[in-house]
Amino acid sequence: MDLIQKKLLEAVAGLHEIPTGAFNIRSNGKSVERRTTEHIDILSKEDGSGIDIRVKPEVRGESVHIPVIISQSGLSEAVYNNFYIGENADVTIIAGCGIHNGGTKASQHDGIHRFFLAPGARVRYIEKHYGSGDGMGKRIMNPQTIVHIAENGYMEMETVQIKGVDSTERLTTADLDAGATLVVTERLLTHGCQSAKSTFEVALNGEGAGTHIISRSVAKEHSKQLFISRVNGNAPCSGHTECDAIIMDEASVRAVPEIAANCTDAALIHEAAIGKIAGEQIVKLMSLGLTEQQAEEQIISGFLK
Amino acid sequence: MIFRAVQFTIRLYRPFYGGNMLELKNISFEVSGDSGSKEILQQINLLLPDDCFIAVTGPNGGGKSTLAKMIAGIEQPTSGQILLNGEDITHMEITERAQKGISFAFQQPVRFKGITVLDLIRISVGHDLTVSQACEYLSEVGLCARDYIHREVNGSLSGGELKRIEIATSLARSAPLSIFDEPEAGIDLWSFQNLVQVFENMKCKLHGSILIISHQERILNIADVVLVVVDGRIVRQGERDEVLPELLNSSDVGGCRFYQERK
Repeated sequence: MDLIQKKLLEAVAGLHEIPTGAFNIRSNGKSVERRTTEHIDILSKEDGSGIDIRVKPEVRGESVHIPVIISQSGLSEAVYNNFYIGENADVTIIAGCGIHNGGTKASQHDGIHRFFLAPGARVRYIEKHYGSGDGMGKRIMNPQTIVHIAENGYMEMETVQIKGVDSTERLTTADLDAGATLVVTERLLTHGCQSAKSTFEVALNGEGAGTHIISRSVAKEHSKQLFISRVNGNAPCSGHTECDAIIMDEASVRAVPEIAANCTDAALIHEAAIGKIAGEQIVKLMSLGLTEQQAEEQIISGFLK
Repeated sequence: MIFRAVQFTIRLYRPFYGGNMLELKNISFEVSGDSGSKEILQQINLLLPDDCFIAVTGPNGGGKSTLAKMIAGIEQPTSGQILLNGEDITHMEITERAQKGISFAFQQPVRFKGITVLDLIRISVGHDLTVSQACEYLSEVGLCARDYIHREVNGSLSGGELKRIEIATSLARSAPLSIFDEPEAGIDLWSFQNLVQVFENMKCKLHGSILIISHQERILNIADVVLVVVDGRIVRQGERDEVLPELLNSSDVGGCRFYQERK
């Protein structure tokens, strides 16, 4: 692995060395390194289009790293990964994609991740997207996450895209059985002429199902963002979606929250707010000795933390 | 002339012969609206010596907060001059003034999504510090540090909590000139005694000057000098022991009597 690839790996997975636990590293379209454990199995699909990750029931405290890095300009790929999480297992999955594009052709990674959580399973899923390189070639990522959570399952999903991705279209769909919970926190920063679209569709199908979707984003310069969330309450359940965006320069942000209740005991809330940084926040931090630019950076980094 | 006499007496009682931390010369501030322009501050002259604790009081809407903002650089005077340690800072930005040693605690603390109490204290101190060091500042304002240090400075905190955090960040700055705009506002009665204690300690420990805007007799009571601002003018300034009894005996505190006297 060369220096650029190592840097990408660090940016998306926080990895300097080979991680503990199970992992699969995909680099420029191929699996380059893999480790399975006694409880977590990783199998390539026969047609090479992705991997299946199987976590045995009752496995606790283990982690799976599945970073993808692309440093070859012009590479375009779609990867289908399936995650089967056994009953009452409790695991952390760290995915992420880094594209370094120093060339002129677009590089694209479309990761389609399907999660099947058995009853009582718990997953913390972290996904970071990062782009670098000074070539004219675009860095494109279109992730899809499809989540099925059985009774009393719990999934927490954290997605972060802070730098260097030119275009992204993200789709997250989920269906939840009784007592299941899905918590999503999305952090997004766009700049230059980047565009980002993020859609959430969650169906709360069982009694006591619940979801919290929290999106915080910053749009700078000429970038564009679109946030869509649809929560359907089909049973006595609770749903909350929140989109909070800071807009700067010539950027534009659209937020389209939608909630639908198909049951009288579905309690659904949506919140959406878009605005520039409050002047008094800048003034306050300047009065503590920061410059205007430092104050702005501090506010944004706090907001996206 | 009254002004010079006051300076003289202060110096007699305090063992310093140092410079003046802050000097305001003929500061005026005008705002223009639909119904013409309005003078918020008129010809303010003020001399704040080193290591002096000055309390500014007077009725609401009299221009006290504007005066404080003027010193911190949040508002720019229409005319006049502001000197900090003899240096003209009239046209300096907020940041530069802060770096030169002015700290300003807002009357209404600002909320931030995502910025924690610890972040704010670290920014105030200007360098990295450990959690336990940061906690000391919170303890000083009567907050149980463990409960607050990692909280976000957002709407989940009550007005009184935010206010105390604001004061803690000011303590953390330990600036040569600390300005507080109504620190007692929003603080419950029970904590008020502790607040007075905070300022007393500050007076003892801090090498610097304090300018505090307050309506509270107990805060005015620990000041060296009391200044009364009414309708954009300083109508009275002098040593606490002189000014305070007059203020408290007046039926309309800081009101027309002074104004008329001046006229």
